[in-house]
Amino acid sequence: MESNAQVDPGISLPRQKLIIQKRSGLLDIDWSALWEYRELGYILIWRDVTVRYKQTAIGVAWVILQPLITMLIFTAIFGMLAKVPSDGVWYPVFSLTALLPWTYFSQAVTRAGESVVVNAKIVSKIYFPRLWLPLAMVVSPLIDFALSMVLLFGLLLYAGIPLSWKVVTLPAFIVLAMLTALGLSLFTSAMNVKYRDVGHAIPFVIQIWMYLSPIVYPVSLVPEHWRWLYGLNPMAGVIEGFRWALLGRNAPDPVVMAESVIVLLLVVIAGLVYFRKMERQFADII
Amino acid sequence: MKMDDIAVRVSGLSKRYRLGGRQKDHGTLRDHLMSGLKSLLSRNSHGRGNAGSMGSAGDTDFFWALQDVSFEVKRGETVGIIGRNGAGKSTLLKLLSRITEPTDGRIELDSRLSALLEVGTGFHSELTGRENIYLNGTILGMKRAEITRKFDEIVAFAEIEQFIDTPVKRYSSGMAMRLGFAVAAHLESEILIVDEVLAVGDAAFQKKCLGKMEGVAKEGRTIFFVSHNMPAVTRLCARGILLEEGKVCRDGSSHEVVNAYLHSELGTMSSREWLDPLKAPRGEVAMLRAVRVRTKDGQSSEKFDIRKPVGLEMEYDVLKPGYKLMPSIMLWNEEGVCLLDTPEYDPAWRGRVRPPGRYRSTAWVPGNFLAEGTMFLSVALETLDPLVMQFYERQVVAFSVIDTCEGDSARGDFAGKLRGVVRPLLEWNTLLGSENIQNNVASTNAQARF
Repeated sequence: MESNAQVDPGISLPRQKLIIQKRSGLLDIDWSALWEYRELGYILIWRDVTVRYKQTAIGVAWVILQPLITMLIFTAIFGMLAKVPSDGVWYPVFSLTALLPWTYFSQAVTRAGESVVVNAKIVSKIYFPRLWLPLAMVVSPLIDFALSMVLLFGLLLYAGIPLSWKVVTLPAFIVLAMLTALGLSLFTSAMNVKYRDVGHAIPFVIQIWMYLSPIVYPVSLVPEHWRWLYGLNPMAGVIEGFRWALLGRNAPDPVVMAESVIVLLLVVIAGLVYFRKMERQFADII
Repeated sequence: MKMDDIAVRVSGLSKRYRLGGRQKDHGTLRDHLMSGLKSLLSRNSHGRGNAGSMGSAGDTDFFWALQDVSFEVKRGETVGIIGRNGAGKSTLLKLLSRITEPTDGRIELDSRLSALLEVGTGFHSELTGRENIYLNGTILGMKRAEITRKFDEIVAFAEIEQFIDTPVKRYSSGMAMRLGFAVAAHLESEILIVDEVLAVGDAAFQKKCLGKMEGVAKEGRTIFFVSHNMPAVTRLCARGILLEEGKVCRDGSSHEVVNAYLHSELGTMSSREWLDPLKAPRGEVAMLRAVRVRTKDGQSSEKFDIRKPVGLEMEYDVLKPGYKLMPSIMLWNEEGVCLLDTPEYDPAWRGRVRPPGRYRSTAWVPGNFLAEGTMFLSVALETLDPLVMQFYERQVVAFSVIDTCEGDSARGDFAGKLRGVVRPLLEWNTLLGSENIQNNVASTNAQARF
């Protein structure tokens, strides 16, 4: 950076040569360019967070308000009216421990899925590693998530539920949720460029997915012989993990967890290959 | 040429675009092709969509935007890239700036390159000027520290000091544009690509931008400049590259190349015809066949006496019955100022649907109306209800208006430089003596009262 700043054309500095040609290969991601543009990732996250709460009256309070109200509604409808069992845990705590990672996940999938399309103007005018778009949008909702955790810890304190050492495992489950969101978004964000149908499908899929995850009900409600299928949903593992780490509920099956981590890593790699393949055409078809 | 002197080496560069989807019958195939092509091209350039000419596509499913383009640019050279719409200029820029990948061939760049394809790209209207400088700078590839170091300079160049903490959505378009150019112009790259930014903004700002670019060029950095503004190209660039249908058609000194462009083989400077219907700009309903400028006696001419009327003419085929059409002609001067934009006004055709066939519409600009200089003609045709652009060809032909200084033009006996985009012969009246002036006031008032 400094060497570029005061270039005297008379002195020949070591220059990096850049070759532009048709690229081939499956996973030929330019990691060094990705690293060189790391500040872009940072600024995309910063822009997302800043713009979200500009010209709002209560600003960041939305981050607390949304899960709080959803929790109250869930408690009223599922906990009190429908009397959905909650494994003996007080229903507000039961639902909120699931709601927060879920809210993160749905935000990440939604924002990352449209990340390339909403930035069409930049994509078609300026070069930068496009991978930063979904990457930044998977990271950005973590800030909201971290703030909303305050609500959860407050509620745990109120309910008198003590924290155990298990709480240190929370980041692992958050990473799992991030991987799930990233793996999915690498496909959806790239596919969205060509088929805008994806943009319409995402909110719908997320809604269905929510009912396929143990948010308003416990896993114990799922019949035993269907559990293996249920385990294929990585978000079920994430939510189970949260409940285990915070509420001391049944530990998630380590075999199922290991399975979903492996599957997720494969999905992320496949997503990178797909994204890279589609990325070549972004500027042409967006 | 020493290896070390070369900043950019382009060899055998080609870019192919796929057109439309799969089609069944031939009748709609062409429509699909053209709409696909048009949507493709209109994304390449800003503003109204344009229908460019098809490259020499052997395969009908594909369109070669660039074909086997090779050239080398030395360090510190300023190169003007010129050509008609759809000639491949935008595609070349997109390849150079890595926005899209070539189908074939390669580009070797010797250092960091920055592209300035549109000023203010990535601005977010909710963010303040300050925030947008960081956002835009980072998107363009600057480091945070670099932006901080240049911050004051950028703000000063954009002349927005007092609005720096105001959201950009409250800026005037001129302010936003100045800020956009200011950020991009302060990029510390050795190769700079500038696309048509000077076509926008007021004259003073355009001048400032050109000045800044001249400064950049003097520092020994390499510049690619793409523009329809021929005087700016010749002023800024020593070298010119003329693209035609995706190929380098001429490469040489900018004066020579600009001249070649204006007297292109496709027609003389003041007339252009599309003999091959496959290459003609068209929409579903109409197709452009010719554009020319002519005198009252029917001669196509490149030079017009300032006192004589100028006929602006377009020929087009109406392909489908049942549509009301609005042909229109625009006239631009060398500075890129639109002098007039005139939709057809012929009572005979007003509100009438036009049967298929060949049409010729001519608009007559009266003598003693245009100022001296080179004028460029753009033509467009739209269907009314629904309003659909059939074609829009920018600056297809050019002509110059000349004052022979015989004393009977608006110039009178003045031989110096006259300003203004029009030069009508106005009725002047000069009186001597207060008595005469009083009388004149009285008579003018009387007229007014009457």
